[in-house]
Amino acid sequence: MLELIVISTLNGVLFGMLLFLLSSGLTVIFSMMGVLNFAHASFYMLGAFFGYQLTKWIGFWPALVLAPLLVGAVGMAVERYGLRNTHKHGHVAELLLTFGLAFAIEEIVSMIWGKSPVDYRVPTALDFPAFTVFSTNYPAYKIFMLTVSVAIFVALLIALKRTRIGLIVQAALTHPNMVGHLGHNVGRVFMLVFGVGSALAGLAGVIAGPALVTQSDMAALLGPILFVVIVFGGLGSLPGAFIASLFIGLVQTFAVALNGSLASAFGPLDSSVGPSVLSDIWNVTIAQIAPVLPYVLLVLILIVRPMGLLGTRET
Amino acid sequence: MLKITRVIAVTLPMLSGAAYAQDTVKIGYIDPLSGGGASVGEGGLKTFQYLADELNAKGGILGHKVEILPLDNKTNPQESLVQAQKAIDAGAHYITQGNGSSVGAALEDFVTKNNTRNPGKEVLYFNYAAVEPSMTNEKCSFWHFRWDANSDIKMEALTNYMKGNSSIKKVYLINQDYSFGQSVRTQARKMLGEKRPDVQIVGDELHPLLKITDFSPYIAKIKASGADSVVTGNWGQDIALLLKAAADAGLKVNWYTYYAGGAGGPTAIKQANLDHQVFQITEGFANSGDEAAMEFEKAFRAKVGLSLWYPRAVNEMRMFKAAAEKANSIDPVKVAAALEDMKFDVLDGGSGIMRKDDHQFFQPIYISSFGSRSEKEPFDEENTGWGWRLVSKVDTPQTVLPTTCKMTRP
Repeated sequence: MLELIVISTLNGVLFGMLLFLLSSGLTVIFSMMGVLNFAHASFYMLGAFFGYQLTKWIGFWPALVLAPLLVGAVGMAVERYGLRNTHKHGHVAELLLTFGLAFAIEEIVSMIWGKSPVDYRVPTALDFPAFTVFSTNYPAYKIFMLTVSVAIFVALLIALKRTRIGLIVQAALTHPNMVGHLGHNVGRVFMLVFGVGSALAGLAGVIAGPALVTQSDMAALLGPILFVVIVFGGLGSLPGAFIASLFIGLVQTFAVALNGSLASAFGPLDSSVGPSVLSDIWNVTIAQIAPVLPYVLLVLILIVRPMGLLGTRET
Repeated sequence: MLKITRVIAVTLPMLSGAAYAQDTVKIGYIDPLSGGGASVGEGGLKTFQYLADELNAKGGILGHKVEILPLDNKTNPQESLVQAQKAIDAGAHYITQGNGSSVGAALEDFVTKNNTRNPGKEVLYFNYAAVEPSMTNEKCSFWHFRWDANSDIKMEALTNYMKGNSSIKKVYLINQDYSFGQSVRTQARKMLGEKRPDVQIVGDELHPLLKITDFSPYIAKIKASGADSVVTGNWGQDIALLLKAAADAGLKVNWYTYYAGGAGGPTAIKQANLDHQVFQITEGFANSGDEAAMEFEKAFRAKVGLSLWYPRAVNEMRMFKAAAEKANSIDPVKVAAALEDMKFDVLDGGSGIMRKDDHQFFQPIYISSFGSRSEKEPFDEENTGWGWRLVSKVDTPQTVLPTTCKMTRP
């Protein structure tokens, strides 16, 4: 049992940190620009495919640096030539733009790389078991993923709290108009933030690609969870996104590990009832409903605390 | 006048199109070419295209050229019906599908309805891999033919083999959460319970179909359960990623599977160093020892660059040809009649029969294990150096199970 807890915690934290790499950018972009970027998970997918392609050409390590930069550049271009132009037509236009973009990116990716998974492998330098807990190996690559995510988290924290840019970004989070009136080039800040946000998503893609599966539906698989994370953590709140990411990661992993069902808690149904919808619900295990749990949490938090865990304003 | 010419202008090409379509036998291939099932779907497509080329090189079917229409159903039953209609609109009277019994059941229902509503324009559904038992039992249809052994037949053979292995003490079941996965788990429980009451089922897992990208939480759970054997009907990326996660975590158990040989599976088994600890049950495999099958395998690999994963597709296409020749027609109704109770020598040797009562094909099936090779096993998989080795063969008569099918005939 202890073994299961340790391994599940490691897996959960890892998945949570990956979610954080994605949700940090998404939540900052949302609070500054008021745009929920539907294409954010697509940048994650782009990162994975760029990472795969660059790894083939120049190796994994250069790709780890270059691919996120490329994705960041794509993100900045989207902001500069797409969102900024639609901004005057209001948020709905911007929202629709990112919505359409998500589909466009998915189609383009499947046109270039095909629809089946690409062979994006863990680099050989990291392809060994890092350590063994109670006879279960833990792959070195996963430790590497964890290290990168934590390093980025620390760097992000320092950049936001200790630098001038961070100061402006923070101010723009809550009072974008005031920051503009004070003479800062809010447009450029937006572009920068959008670029950094996309680059972070790209980085998540590069490192997650080999561990998970790199294929053209990976954005669609992860996208909905991201919205759960940022709503749960509170829109615009970085610490909120961090807590929510870890929480969702752990909930999903531990839910899989649990076998409990209503039947095991309250005893089996009277056998005279026979198979019915009720007996199906009665016997379903927590592991089976694991994929739905984040969305249940989303609904619950919206009912109980609409601004999210650490959010300051109503959605 | 203008109106009439317009009508003619529109209908003429359609008529000539229809006339042309009769010259070729079009087979709508409805399977996943994107998403989690794509790896198996694309392999299947290449197999059918190879088989069509093979037939065409020998003059096609009764002089008609055979053409495969690739249609992507995204492993989605609803999407499959759209694609089936597309195939019919393109002039196909035959559709073939294999991946996903949820899709298979929907297609079976679709062709049955279509054929009742459109007499004279019947469509046959050739099923090469959807193995949910109900498709040839309570939901059986005259318009559906299945070349793969159904799930119950496979589980019967698998548990017969497991029965004799006294080292099996704790079994873990992990399956996909849909009709087929549920039928595997129910049958495994029932049959193991009857044949080996001493075996303990320490876990019974259902997970979402083709949605999981990291199985490590499940592997941690299998590990914690103390299981020595895992039984799974997983296919596509669900078996490859499951084995990959097991390899990463260093899980050492015996695997009793339906589809461990699918794309990515052999690589993961080699990585986990499970030498002859992973078993699969199939109607044929590369190292079966049959001369003709091995020749075929060699030629197939040389041209397609893949191992033959669907010997049943070979049986399906060759038997289709034989049935059309027996009926001397490519009319679906006549072909269907000719297929009933037809005997056929299968690719890997031995004779099979398409049972008239339920349109289930019975054939010899093999249990094989994956690992290091001897001289008698020339073929490896995915460049691992390891290959499949025969463990047990079940002859056709021993695979026959009763059916509850009450077929309505046209």
